[in-house]
Amino acid sequence: MKIEAKNPVVEFHDLTVSYHKKPVLWNIDMTLPQGALIGIIGPNGAGKSTLIKAAMGLLPLGSGYVRMFDEALDKVRHKVSYVPQRETVDWDFPTSVLDVVMMGRYSKLGLLTRPRKADKEMAMNCLRKVGMEAYTDRQISQLSGGQQQRVFLARALAQEADLYFMDEPFAGVDAATEAAILAIMQEMTANGKTVIVVHHDLQSAAEFFDWIVLLNMRLVASGPIDKVFNNDMLQETYGGKLTVLAEVGELVRKRQMPSREKY
Amino acid sequence: MDAVYIILTSSLFAISCGLLGCFLILRKMAMVGDAISHAVLPGIVIAFLITGTRDSFEMIIGAALLGILCTFLIEFFNKKAKLQTDAAIGVTFTSLFALGVILISVFAGQVDLDQECVLYGEIAYVPIDLWISDSGQNMGPKALYVSALTLIVNILFIRVGFKQLYLTTFDPAFAATTGISVALWNYLLMGSVSMTTVAAFDSVGAILVVALLVAPPATAYLLTDNFKKMMLITCGIAIIISILGYYLAVLLDGSIAGAVVTVAGILFGLAYLFSPSSGILLKRINQKKEAEKLAMPKV
Ligand SMILES: Nc1ncnc2c1ncn2[C@@H]1O[C@H](COP(=O)(O)OP(=O)(O)OP(=O)(O)O)[C@@H](O)[C@H]1O
Ligand SMILES: [Mg+2]
Repeated sequence: MKIEAKNPVVEFHDLTVSYHKKPVLWNIDMTLPQGALIGIIGPNGAGKSTLIKAAMGLLPLGSGYVRMFDEALDKVRHKVSYVPQRETVDWDFPTSVLDVVMMGRYSKLGLLTRPRKADKEMAMNCLRKVGMEAYTDRQISQLSGGQQQRVFLARALAQEADLYFMDEPFAGVDAATEAAILAIMQEMTANGKTVIVVHHDLQSAAEFFDWIVLLNMRLVASGPIDKVFNNDMLQETYGGKLTVLAEVGELVRKRQMPSREKY
Repeated sequence: MDAVYIILTSSLFAISCGLLGCFLILRKMAMVGDAISHAVLPGIVIAFLITGTRDSFEMIIGAALLGILCTFLIEFFNKKAKLQTDAAIGVTFTSLFALGVILISVFAGQVDLDQECVLYGEIAYVPIDLWISDSGQNMGPKALYVSALTLIVNILFIRVGFKQLYLTTFDPAFAATTGISVALWNYLLMGSVSMTTVAAFDSVGAILVVALLVAPPATAYLLTDNFKKMMLITCGIAIIISILGYYLAVLLDGSIAGAVVTVAGILFGLAYLFSPSSGILLKRINQKKEAEKLAMPKV
């Protein structure tokens, strides 16, 4: 089931991606709306990370193409930010929390320009937003998993992008951090930014997102949460292996979401 | 004066190698430095055969090209042939090095190069090989100029590309999404490693260059968790090992390059044992204290 966005900011056109000639994503064709908090959901190995890596130009596309803001990625890179899965970097790297957040400013600087005071203030603001200002000079190996995740989020905020792709930003964070991260994302979408998040937990997905993409190598569904996040679709995505799904539809129905119709 | 020339030349080369090495070890590519320092051999020999001199610009270019070819082949075997990185490195540099050895032996008559000098170098000859200007004035040892020029080029490179090198080292995927070409900066870094290696090989030899690329930065890595400090400490270590190494060699009447690297190894050992953050001795002592603290209440 596929619903097209009225005000699309990302378009996938017949996207196919393969690793070593073995396709892991087939014919993904969808549009995603501007200003929404969008959840990409599917089982392990469904190709969620692959989808956003392909969108960010990190993988060669087998066929099809992706457009953002009605342009090719290369033209709008400065408006797009990517938050990789936490495990992808070496947290023993000799660098501080502030240094990592400053990396978000690099793309705004030229080859020779060094970060200015304004960039540093901006980075500090982002750290404050994610509640990490007390850790500015801490070496990154001395952070907990949830703190590392917040540093990554701060780096993304420092990019001042309009479109964010985040790979499992809620993985391994406690309830308080989860709420804090969610609040930041909601503030971002309220300001017209679009946040696309790979997510695993179905219960919280029902509460978090405005729009849901269900993926299992193929696109199972894409649309506003109340239209696509139901038992049938989830059974189709997870291949009937889920037994706890009955409550999920209930959760969506119970959720207060006045502005849902806008998508 | 000879001692000053030798120590200065060796310090300047050691600083160049160490600064590049900081990036290499954090990219977990220390062995690529090793590979490149061997793989440049055929480039050196071919450039020598063409130009007939040992300290020519062509030689550095030849070596840089081979270094980049080596990097390319390693990436190729790794990505396209799906060989593990260590296997890809092993196959590539041994083959290129072997090619160089064959070239040397085939053209032995025409080439004033032998494996010994390529592998071990001889920094003791630095003060003998002088640069005499056209007017006949003695300008000092050639190697000193080469080492100074190499360091200037490296510092400029790192200064200009610092953000890119740093970001592609820490988080290449993120760097790529911001539009930085990860491959380009990788090749630039490897090109610099090749040039530095070949500039230094006359003095310190191809094998000992590897030690300069790895040992000082690895020691500095144990002593700090700030990258800029790590580079500064590396420079300090480069100078210390050059001075101590020289006098150790004089004392033992042995190879200077060998002594420099021996000192580097000893410093690494000391850092490993006594470093405040990751030294095993302090860690043990702290663990014991902790354990005692935990054990206290039970008594
Ligand atoms: N570098 C790679 N080389 C080969 N196959 C890969 C590679 N990365 C992923 N795959 C395969 O592609 C498929 C999709 O992987 P992907 O990482 O996108 O899944 P995912 O939905 O993000 O899973 P998870 O929930 O576990 O993070 C999997 O079958 C995986 O085995
Ligand atoms: Mg994934």
